[in-house]
Amino acid sequence: MTPLETGLFGNFTAVHLAYLFKSIGWTLVLSLLAFALGAVGGFGVMLARISPRRWLRGLAMVYIEGIQGIPLLILLFIVYYGLSLYGYSLPALVAAGLAMMLYVSAYLGDIWRGCIDAMPKPQWEAAECLALTRWQTLRLVIVPQALRLSLPPTVGFLVQIIKMTSLASVIGFVELTRAGQVINNTIFQPFLIFSLVGAFYFVLCYPLSRWSEAMERKLNVAHR
Amino acid sequence: MSPIVSLREVHKTFGANPVLKGVSFDVNKGEMIAIIGASGSGKSTALRCMDRLETIDSGSIEVAGIRVDDPAVDLKQLRREVGIVFQSYNLFPHLTVEANIMLALRHVKRQTREQAHATALQVLEKVGLRAKADAYPEQLSGGQQQRVAIARSLAMAPKVMLFDEVTSALDPQLTGEVLRVMEDLAAGGMTMLLVTHEMAFARRVADRIIFMHQGKVWETGPGQMLDQPRTPELRAFLDNGL
Repeated sequence: MTPLETGLFGNFTAVHLAYLFKSIGWTLVLSLLAFALGAVGGFGVMLARISPRRWLRGLAMVYIEGIQGIPLLILLFIVYYGLSLYGYSLPALVAAGLAMMLYVSAYLGDIWRGCIDAMPKPQWEAAECLALTRWQTLRLVIVPQALRLSLPPTVGFLVQIIKMTSLASVIGFVELTRAGQVINNTIFQPFLIFSLVGAFYFVLCYPLSRWSEAMERKLNVAHR
Repeated sequence: MSPIVSLREVHKTFGANPVLKGVSFDVNKGEMIAIIGASGSGKSTALRCMDRLETIDSGSIEVAGIRVDDPAVDLKQLRREVGIVFQSYNLFPHLTVEANIMLALRHVKRQTREQAHATALQVLEKVGLRAKADAYPEQLSGGQQQRVAIARSLAMAPKVMLFDEVTSALDPQLTGEVLRVMEDLAAGGMTMLLVTHEMAFARRVADRIIFMHQGKVWETGPGQMLDQPRTPELRAFLDNGL
């Protein structure tokens, strides 16, 4: 039976729709996992990037540039297939979470380093002259101010993360994209199914993009 | 009595540019010293070296018994003894006036919230801004912000206070209120060094004036020295300023 014979919705039923909806949950779980792990890693990368120790700065630099030059898909293959060869066969969610952590850490670390660098040097100096330690200065003076600046690009990157989780479908993690493939394999309605999948991603991402833009506009007004 | 601040043959070069070429002077406890001079004369650099915001190439600096030029100097200890106020106030914009003052009291001096709060109100009273405790820096005028910066520094109970052109960014109307606060401090016995362009203020309030020229202490004396400059350089500097 061709799609023309079965009509636009054909064999696509409420059961399939429910399956897609459920898989959105897993897309969100993986996104949040990647973001949470990546935020922890990214904070570490940021600290290393601004460290007074040269070797640590260099190491962070190599990490950032290394990761930024490798496709996420390859990282997924390395963590999932590569490690399983040495006996560490990880569940797909864990493997995807780890690979994305490596990836997200590099980007968030770089974004946040930029925000810290944008803070005026006299703020560091003033805190230093009040006998605050470097860590206290960072924690109490610099980071709270840099946070406002970092929010728009961070939320913007969260949108990228949500879209990137679709790559986890290739290692068999059943999130939104993989669920679409599974349904398509049984009823073969690719145009309908993947349009629907795309629409779901859009619904997740668009509000975040708008939010990020709105925050950015507000910051620009405040800084004028 | 040994001096509380002592500079000996201090040399400092920025790149190929010598800024301090053998600066020596002493400051006694409770003295108010005004350092004057043209821009580029090294006066701000000399001040910054005393709090080790810059390191010196040779010579020695001792402040409140601490050898500042010692590479192993305990910076934290030095900065508890020395307060510094900058031209650009450098208040923390995300904190209220009171929180600006309480920050170091809580995290450096380990005071309780109540103690820090009491200290903050006390120093705000001194600079006449107790009513602004809950305001944010951006809600204050430049003069008020600078008075908060002085209060923040004062709250740490330093032995020496450094003022780096603290009124240079202010309108003439706002300069007066900041100078009055500094005059009160001097009258209270605080040891103060200020780099300033306010000649009338320096002449009236300072115990001694140090005129710096081309990286050296060129002329030094009481306020009246501005009326009878001995060197042609000081005369020229004063004539240009007026």
